Amino acid sequence: MDDMYRDYILDHYKNPRNSGDLPGATNTYHDTNPLCGDEITMALLIEDDKVKDVRFKGRGCAISQASASILTEEIKGKSLDEVKAIDRQHVLENLGIPISPARTKCALLGLKTVKGAAWGLSEWPGDANTAGIASGKE
Amino acid sequence: MAVSVRAAATPLDVGRIRADFPILSRKVHGKPVAYLDNAATSQKPRQVIDAMSRVFEDHNANIHRGVYEFSETTTAEFEGAREKVARFLNAASAREIVFVRNATEGVNLVAYSWGRDNIKAGDRIVSTVLEHHSNFVPWQQLAKDVGAEIVMIDIDDDGRLRRDQFTAALKGGRVKFVAITYTSNGLGVVLPAKELVAEAKAAGATVLVDAAQAVPHQKVDVRDLGADFLVFSGHKMLAPPGSGAVWAPEATFERMRPFLYGGDMIMKVSVEKTTWNELPWKFEAGTSSYVDAIGLGAAVDYLEAVGMDKIHEHELFLTGYVLPRLEDVPGVTIYGPKTLDDRVGVVSFNVEGVHPHDVAQIFDREGVCVRAGHHCNQLLMAKLDVPATTRASFYLYNTTEECDRLIGAIQAAKKVFGV
Repeated sequence: MDDMYRDYILDHYKNPRNSGDLPGATNTYHDTNPLCGDEITMALLIEDDKVKDVRFKGRGCAISQASASILTEEIKGKSLDEVKAIDRQHVLENLGIPISPARTKCALLGLKTVKGAAWGLSEWPGDANTAGIASGKE
Repeated sequence: MAVSVRAAATPLDVGRIRADFPILSRKVHGKPVAYLDNAATSQKPRQVIDAMSRVFEDHNANIHRGVYEFSETTTAEFEGAREKVARFLNAASAREIVFVRNATEGVNLVAYSWGRDNIKAGDRIVSTVLEHHSNFVPWQQLAKDVGAEIVMIDIDDDGRLRRDQFTAALKGGRVKFVAITYTSNGLGVVLPAKELVAEAKAAGATVLVDAAQAVPHQKVDVRDLGADFLVFSGHKMLAPPGSGAVWAPEATFERMRPFLYGGDMIMKVSVEKTTWNELPWKFEAGTSSYVDAIGLGAAVDYLEAVGMDKIHEHELFLTGYVLPRLEDVPGVTIYGPKTLDDRVGVVSFNVEGVHPHDVAQIFDREGVCVRAGHHCNQLLMAKLDVPATTRASFYLYNTTEECDRLIGAIQAAKKVFGV
C-alpha cells in the first residue's frame, strides 16, 4: 500500500489542485463510476482552442481524485488538440503508482471527464445504453 | 427469525472447522489471510472440494441419460443432493427444489415464468430498498414491460424495514406480488420474513423471499415461512458457484410454464408439439451444473453436522465482539443496527476521510479481505446517502483474532491517510 498511497497522491487527494467552480466555463462534463461512487465534474475555459483555465469538483477514492487533480495541472495552457491526444497509458504512467485492474476505472475517471469536456460532450457515447441501474457483482 | 443471543463465547470449535478449509492457511502479502467477505462468497471445505473431485476422478458422466454405471452413480448423487437440500429447508418433497446457477437465476425464473403470466397492467409489485439488485431489477423490468407499478418500502434509521409502510402498501390494494429479502446483504438486518409473508398473503399477494443471505447463516424452514417462492445461492454456503435453488410448492410449479426450453426438460417432442418433463426437471433445461449441485449436497451435509443454530450463534458472537470495538474507533460510522437483535454477521461501516475502496486496498496489504462498494445495493446506498461502504461479513470459520486484525487494519488506513 505504501507503493500506492505515496505522499504526493495523498497530497493531491487532500489538497486537490484547480478545485472548485469555474465561472465562465465554456465546456463542462460530469461522469461517475457507479460501481464505487467516484464522481467528477470537469469544467474548462476554452479560448483560441486552448485550455485557458480548468477546475474540477469531485468526490471519491484517493486514486480517482488525485488522478484528476494531477491531470488538471497538466492540461492547463495546452491546446485542445493536445488534450484530446492524451491517452490512458500516459495518465497511468503519470500517476506513478501501480494500478490494479480493479482500480483502473478510478485512475481514469479524470481523463474521461477531461476528454468529455474537451470534445464538448454532454453524455459519453454508448453510456446511454447502460443508464438506469448499473450492473454490479455481489 | 434470528435468535436474540448475547453469546459470551462461541459454541463452535473454530480451530477444528478451520482445518477443513485449505484456503484459510494461505498468506496474502506475507500475512495470514483474514477472509471477511463471506456475504460475497464463502470459502469451501475439503469435504466439498473432495465430493466434487470424486465425481471427475471416479464416475463423471452426464446425468439422467446413460444406462451405465458412471451415469447412474452421478445421477444418484445429483438427485441425492436435491434430497439433502429439500430436507435442509424442510421442503415437503425434492420435487419442490429446482436447481439453478444462483439466486439471481432463481428470481429470473420466477419473473419470466410466473411473473409474465400473472402480473398485469395496473398491478402493484411491492419491494424494499434493502433488496439486492437481483431481487429488484427483474421486477422493475417486468413492471416496465407489462405496465405494472413498483411500490418501494423504506427503512428506518436503524436499517429496519418500515412495517407501517409495508402495511399501508398492502392496504392500498392491487398488490399482486411482493419481492422481499430475508436478510439484508448490505446491513445484516434480518427481516421478520414470516410475519411479512403472512401479511402479504392475507392481502392476496404472491410472495418471493430472497434467502441468499439467510440460508447460509440460520435455520430456514420453508414450510414454516409460508412464502410462495424462496431462492438462494450455494456459493455463499460453502458450495461452489453455479449451484443454487428455487423452492416452491409443487402445485405452484405445476401451474407455471417452463423458463428455459431444451433438452432434459421435455417429455415428448414432435414437430407439432412438445410436452414437459415432470417436476423438478421441467425447469432444468440442458445439462445441469451437476457437479456443483453435488458440491451443494456436500455443503449441506457439512453445515448440518456443525449445526445451523450454532453457526448463527457464532456469527452473532463475532458481531457482538466487533461492534463495540468499531464504535470505539474515532471517525468510524456504522450503518445498520448496533444491537444483535434480528441480524446476522454483516457489518457495514465507513472511515471518515478515507473512501471505502482505499480502506479495502489498505486492508488487503494487511491480509484482511473485505468488500468495498455498493454491494449491489444502490437503492440502499442512496437511502444512506453514501456512495459506498466497507463491509465485513463473518462465517463459521472466522475468529475474534480476525476481528482484531480488522480493527488494526482500520488504524493502518487512518495512519496512511493521516486522519
